[in-house]
Amino acid sequence: MTHSFLFAAEEIAHAGDGGWWADTAGIMLVSPFVAFLAILAFGKRLRYNGAEFAIGALAINTLWALVLFFMNMTEGVLREPFTFKVGDIGSGLVFELGWAVDGLSIMMYLLVNLVGLLVFIYAVGYMEGDRRVPWFFAAFSLFAGSMLLLVGAPNLIQLIIGWEGVGLASYLLIGFYWEDHENVNAGNKAFMVNKLADVGLLLGAVLVGVALGTFDFAALNTAATEGHAGLSAVAIAGGALLFFGAMGKSAQFPFHIWLPDAMAGPTPVSALMHAATMVTAGIYLMARTFPLYQQMATDLRPWMVAIGTITLFAMGLLALVADDIKKVLAYSTVSQLGYMMTAVAAGGYTAGLFHLFTHAFFKALLFLGAGSVIHAVHSNNMSDMGGLRKYMPRTYATFVIGALALAGIFPLSGFWSKDEILATLGHEGYTAVMWIAIAGAFVTAFYMTRAVALTFHGTYKGHGHPHESPAVMTVPLIALAIPSVLAGLLNIPGVEWPGIGNFTEWLAVRVVPMGDHHAEAIDFFLAGVGTLAAVAGIVLGWLIFAPDRDTQQERDRFEVPVLYPLFRRKYYMDDLAMGISRFTMGPFARFVNWTNTYIIDGIVNGVGGVVYHLARFIYGGVDQRGIDGIVNGLSAVADAAGSGLRKLQTGRVQQYAASFVMGAIVLVIVFVLVR
Amino acid sequence: MIATQFLILAAALFALGVYGLLVRRNAVLVLLSVELMLAAVNINLVVFEAMWRTSEAIGQVFAIFVITVAAAEVGIGLAIILMIFRNRQSANVDELDLMRW
Repeated sequence: MTHSFLFAAEEIAHAGDGGWWADTAGIMLVSPFVAFLAILAFGKRLRYNGAEFAIGALAINTLWALVLFFMNMTEGVLREPFTFKVGDIGSGLVFELGWAVDGLSIMMYLLVNLVGLLVFIYAVGYMEGDRRVPWFFAAFSLFAGSMLLLVGAPNLIQLIIGWEGVGLASYLLIGFYWEDHENVNAGNKAFMVNKLADVGLLLGAVLVGVALGTFDFAALNTAATEGHAGLSAVAIAGGALLFFGAMGKSAQFPFHIWLPDAMAGPTPVSALMHAATMVTAGIYLMARTFPLYQQMATDLRPWMVAIGTITLFAMGLLALVADDIKKVLAYSTVSQLGYMMTAVAAGGYTAGLFHLFTHAFFKALLFLGAGSVIHAVHSNNMSDMGGLRKYMPRTYATFVIGALALAGIFPLSGFWSKDEILATLGHEGYTAVMWIAIAGAFVTAFYMTRAVALTFHGTYKGHGHPHESPAVMTVPLIALAIPSVLAGLLNIPGVEWPGIGNFTEWLAVRVVPMGDHHAEAIDFFLAGVGTLAAVAGIVLGWLIFAPDRDTQQERDRFEVPVLYPLFRRKYYMDDLAMGISRFTMGPFARFVNWTNTYIIDGIVNGVGGVVYHLARFIYGGVDQRGIDGIVNGLSAVADAAGSGLRKLQTGRVQQYAASFVMGAIVLVIVFVLVR
Repeated sequence: MIATQFLILAAALFALGVYGLLVRRNAVLVLLSVELMLAAVNINLVVFEAMWRTSEAIGQVFAIFVITVAAAEVGIGLAIILMIFRNRQSANVDELDLMRW
């Protein structure tokens, strides 16, 4: 531990401040929102339906992120967060917005922007001719922007704003095809499960913030490291609540239930959601507040490890039985998030984040590959696929690279990051967990082999003629395949690349040293066992699924009694959640419904009835008879008088003359008499 | 004074004019009746001037005015009657009811 402290402190001592690029890094947090508004305003009129704005914004961001990342590689970039005070909350607490520039946030900037950019470009091809494309890119920009707001947050308040923004955008995108009620339900489910967990985040933030007098992450981490008395009093409760929030976003057991359903959205959404944004938010929060768990809330860590372990193993098994290729990948994501959470909880700050980093590339690659296949086959089900390697060679090659990286085959990126997690678990004394994680690696390799075999090998079972996707989709696949292969080399234990060091050092550029363990050399035993597990999974999976079977049951399902139905029903977790909500929320909902139907509706209908009859009286009695009567009566009088009098005007001049003479005679008589 | 005879003459002439105006159906004769009435008035004017002899001879002057206006009126009236006759082959005032409601 002492060694690590020294190492980190030394690193920070000669960190640069990032100069102009760090000063202007806030542009990354703003540009996607600008793109969002621009797409809403002008998207429909443009050739690519507003993708121009979305891609432009992320391209600019990627430039910034790359520059900052390279600066961080060479000299380290650490600066006081740039903040603008928005207002006072009261009790000395302030609400500030800004952007953090340190090793962790720079890594996340790069991940979100780079993966986001590639996914956006891919989406131009994937969404071609689809419904509501401008809205898709607008919501997608909102999604990326919220995530950037989240990872750039210098304090808990901004993190919560970004967090909720991500939740909102994911809700909009999961329910993107809202014409099908099922998709709406998936969106609702994701939103509600997340919202339940968000309550924990909110309470945790308030608890920690009030105990500390600030929401600032730097202050929180410093206080945790220095043993702040007020913070240590609430460390367990606050830490548990924050972890509760992280469990929701990062789909940890038992909050994982929303994530497979989130596959209802368009595939690029799944790719971004599972790789760089949304689900990484929980892991990011744990890493951001790492000293709180490492130094203070240490009693929580075994529980967190337990939840992570359940997630990584149990959820991986579910991927074995899914027929929907996206669901296989979804359960795989949940499982990999379990790895990350386990690692961070066990004290492996770097190990967890390194896996997050490599996973983002190969999982985005796998999802985009799956999207490419779905685009060609027009079905999500692997039972409609098979033999596609002949039709889609580029998709096949990149998908296999992603699958091998995920399985953890040397020397692809997944091998190094998974190995580091195993090493950390071993070092921190979680030996049993380590073996479960190795078993998880076996399962991972197994289900990925199954997915590859069912999708790309054997004979084609679907309809129509599948074709390779256009370049706008395959180029991002190739671009993602490169880091999927190479990213692992950035953090080989004990290897310092000349001039740039390694990933561990880049991530250690924080205000407070993280104090996590770093292996000095490769543990060949663990690496060997891990690889063996992965290879065993691949071989077994190949033997079972590669032979082309005639019927779908034979080909698609390797049914084991008891376990198969258990997995198919997802351990009955969905039913449990529905049951719980039915028994807790059900009566309440019925009460609210009853109140609504009989009391509120009664009042509303009563008021409506009174108004209706009053209006009828006013219309019939006052308006029609009274006012209209007067108006019509007056005009009728004028009409009658006019038609009577006009008869005097005969047009006969002599009649007029006679009247005239008569009048004159009358006047003469009057004058004579009055005299 | 012998004014009374002249006034009786004027009154008779006026009454004759009124009668003609009311009963004649030919528009030319109606116009002639109007002229008779105007002539009666002129006689009155001249008689009263002869009786009172104003310094400016107002009666005669007015009589001249009336003759002038009557001449103009007859000119216009005959022109109108001529046009109506041309259009309708008739100058019968009974048939002229174009200006009614």
